[in-house]
Amino acid sequence: MLACIPEEITKKAWRGFTGRKWQEDINVREFIQNNYTMYDGDESFLEGPTEATDKLWGRLQELQKEERAKGGVLECETEVVSSLTSYGPGYIDESLKDLEQIVGLQTDKPLKRAFMPYGGIKMAEQAAATYGYQVNPALIKVFNEYHKTHNQAVFDAYTPEMKRARHSHVITGLPDTYGRGRIVGDYRRVALYGLDYLIKMKKKDLFYCGGINMSEEHIRLREEIAEQIRALNGMKEMASIYGFDISEPAKNAKEAVQWLYFGYLAAIKTQNGAAMSVGRISTFLDIYIQRDLQEGTITEKEAQELIDHLVLKFRMVKFARIPSYNELFSGDPVWATLEMAGIGMDGRHMVTKNDFRFLHTLENMGPSPEPNLTVLYSHRLPEPFKRYAARISVNTSSIQYENDGVMRPVWGDDYSICCCVSATQTGKEIQFFGARANLAKCLIYALNGGVEVTTGEQVGPEIAPVTTEYLEYDEVMHKFNAMMSWLVELYVNTLNLIHYMHDKYYYESAEMALIDTYTRRTFATGIAGFSHVVDSLCAIKYAKVKPIRNDDGLIVDYEIEGDFPRYGNDDERADEIAIWLLKAFMKKVREHHTYRNSEPTTSILTITSNVVYGKATGATPDGRKSGAPFAPGANPAYGAEKNGLLASLNSVAKLPYEFALDGISNTQTISPDALGHTDEDRADNLWHILDGYFKKGAHHLNVNVFGVDKLKDCMEHPEKPEYANFTIRVSGYAVKFIDLTREQQLDVIARSEHRVL
Amino acid sequence: MIKGNIHSTETFGSVDGPGVRFLIFLQGCSMRCRYCHNADTWSTRENRLMTAEELLDTAERYRSYWGDDGGITVSGGEPLLQIGFLIELFREAKRRGINTCLDTSGQPFTRKEPFFSRFCELLEYTDLIMADIKHIDENEHRALTGHGNKNILDMLGFLSSENKPVWIRHVLVPGITDNDEYLRRTRSFIETLTNVEKIEVLPYHSLGAYKWNELGVPYTLEGVMPPSPERTATAGRILRGEE
Repeated sequence: MLACIPEEITKKAWRGFTGRKWQEDINVREFIQNNYTMYDGDESFLEGPTEATDKLWGRLQELQKEERAKGGVLECETEVVSSLTSYGPGYIDESLKDLEQIVGLQTDKPLKRAFMPYGGIKMAEQAAATYGYQVNPALIKVFNEYHKTHNQAVFDAYTPEMKRARHSHVITGLPDTYGRGRIVGDYRRVALYGLDYLIKMKKKDLFYCGGINMSEEHIRLREEIAEQIRALNGMKEMASIYGFDISEPAKNAKEAVQWLYFGYLAAIKTQNGAAMSVGRISTFLDIYIQRDLQEGTITEKEAQELIDHLVLKFRMVKFARIPSYNELFSGDPVWATLEMAGIGMDGRHMVTKNDFRFLHTLENMGPSPEPNLTVLYSHRLPEPFKRYAARISVNTSSIQYENDGVMRPVWGDDYSICCCVSATQTGKEIQFFGARANLAKCLIYALNGGVEVTTGEQVGPEIAPVTTEYLEYDEVMHKFNAMMSWLVELYVNTLNLIHYMHDKYYYESAEMALIDTYTRRTFATGIAGFSHVVDSLCAIKYAKVKPIRNDDGLIVDYEIEGDFPRYGNDDERADEIAIWLLKAFMKKVREHHTYRNSEPTTSILTITSNVVYGKATGATPDGRKSGAPFAPGANPAYGAEKNGLLASLNSVAKLPYEFALDGISNTQTISPDALGHTDEDRADNLWHILDGYFKKGAHHLNVNVFGVDKLKDCMEHPEKPEYANFTIRVSGYAVKFIDLTREQQLDVIARSEHRVL
Repeated sequence: MIKGNIHSTETFGSVDGPGVRFLIFLQGCSMRCRYCHNADTWSTRENRLMTAEELLDTAERYRSYWGDDGGITVSGGEPLLQIGFLIELFREAKRRGINTCLDTSGQPFTRKEPFFSRFCELLEYTDLIMADIKHIDENEHRALTGHGNKNILDMLGFLSSENKPVWIRHVLVPGITDNDEYLRRTRSFIETLTNVEKIEVLPYHSLGAYKWNELGVPYTLEGVMPPSPERTATAGRILRGEE
């Protein structure tokens, strides 16, 4: 065998592992498939927290409390630019540091937010200033005068039309002032191969890159590989600061967890992307734990402690953000998304004991929004696991479910979730993501000839406005189609420009170093206002909608006469329009060139930005008032669902995943009383719902189990201890309810709750 | 083909029989229970007319959620008032392999013909019956619902002799049924039955009171508070013979 690493090293590190291809080349998937142990049992083997875990988690909770008391930020860096090696070691608590099984912080202190200027110096400066910290003026000067940032570069190149669309919020959430995120390094490679081998392989790629034809593309790639090698060396140095040598592969479970975490730590020290996923690590790590358990060198209690302490670290990831960012993505999320379960290409389920351990962290240390625990669901998963996950959902509302059945055919069996809900092949692929096209606003532009009603400004193309007394379906569809074509073209072009600049000025060298050099790239767009457009088109088609015009002749409101079908009721009339809308949008995206020959995709996913989008959008013909929040993600509009939970789920399940490969997010809140009389019934009913929903080809479900009364009480009494960690799922992620703005708290409360009288 | 007079349907029922269920509420009831939270189902006027086929086609859209335990539950109103339709519905459901559950007050039950034969036929297609014992005391029952309970207890006895699986439900209303003596008498009655698989105590709630106002009928339990969870649990233990 042409083993890629000297035998004297692998003899120790890879003892007992089987398989060949992964030993000859970087291939973590092959390693997992050859070595993981399926677990069909229940949760009875799990262990509670150790004393060390209790102490560390207790200390972290104190710190989180202080952080909240200080307005959301404990401390901001003002003197040091964050890099792999800019800090000495940091611990949760200096006096407890020997208790930490897994070490490494973003800065020198827990929850202290690093200074990360490469995305945009203005944002970095404002973020600190918001919380009363003044960044050293010398640093500000450096990044204004001597070193260009991503933000400056983007604004150099934006066209006036792009700026207008950005300003009017017809395109919102563009990653032009911070890291784009959504790139998941294959952090497992650090543990399986060690850095020396990873460096060796990247050097080989560099050697062969552009040898024959030194095109612009090759020159760029050569520079990028060189950056990646620099980052890998930096990672080694970063680990050595904590007293670890990660040049060689990990030899046991503790090292594997630590090595892997160092890989992730490198990412979050250098990038402040909106989403910084951890990836599919559970099954991988189980292989190491299983080996140690068999060798008798670790106990289950110790294994759980390793996972608890790793999760503690994921609960501590923080970035400095500005207020407008927090309005968009409320509750300080980082999307440290982490996956478990799923089914392998060979048909074996991939549930391991470690999947139980990760879920069990929500019991050992209570609910938490991070890491964003994601179960890759299939009705073929073993029942004890389904039941356990459902039980944890009922008790903590901290888990999301995604349909492995629709993702596996597209992404294989080693994909990670790179943001909230979007799949990406681990180590083989990156994603260019950004923003959402506000289709509700686009519809209003179609009615008003491209004029923004809130400002009177001409933002879209000057097509003829609607002048009829009642809205005519055919005419509206014609105009809406034209307006959507304009919006999609502008959106794709804007993203092309942003990603070009991001590659140039804020390249993710540490994450890319853990991804194949010749990587697949997707180009992920997004839709906001989905259900309101569908319902509006339904209203125009099936009822009579009379537009109300202001003095300038702009349509600002509507009178609806008669009833009309709405999306969310398993009503074909409405759901057909929903399917049409998704397909029409995606087809338009496909017409355009996307940066670096990436493959275009789209999502129906809004995070918490549905509130901000709605605020900036006038009244829509479905009866939604001006400024009212949109429904999140692919959720039906508030109050539209009349036939109960399953009818609503059926409607969403009809949306073809093939046209929204970036994800279709659905968030449902079920009152405990409506889910069953006992905890056991609730868990059983929940996994049956998941079975049914995903068998229908749906993509994603966030499950919340609590009553509105609890939300209201929590909003009025956030100081109650039981609410300190009260976590709820919102579109694609989880937040502590007390960390939401009041506006968003009210929005969550207003959303329909499924209960049965 | 008989059409059922339907009050409404609900796609997600999880507390009306085993598993996840499609709920069908039939229109019309002759009981006038003071705590009724579905007063809008009393009237027998025509509401939504649907055939068994139509209803089951709709229900089957949700079949993938039912798993091995779920199915359909027919409630009301009082479903036995439309027993002809019910027979058609459950016969067709069984033909389609759907689990059937009947949620009834038992009030229309009688051993007289033609009802009794039809009831026996219905049982052939019924997997589970959920029966309310509104009140164990004949006079109190009459005061609470407008009807006596003799035929209802008789129905339960008959179901026991037929060995048909039954879940007993009992609404706990402070000042009316929330009384240890009544609960123990109810328990004594349940002990005479051999087919009871489950006994549930449902705490009274006033969430349906607004429907009385909409109908212009005075709601006589104004101000009655739901029993505490502890009291509900105790009542459950009494009914199950655990206390």
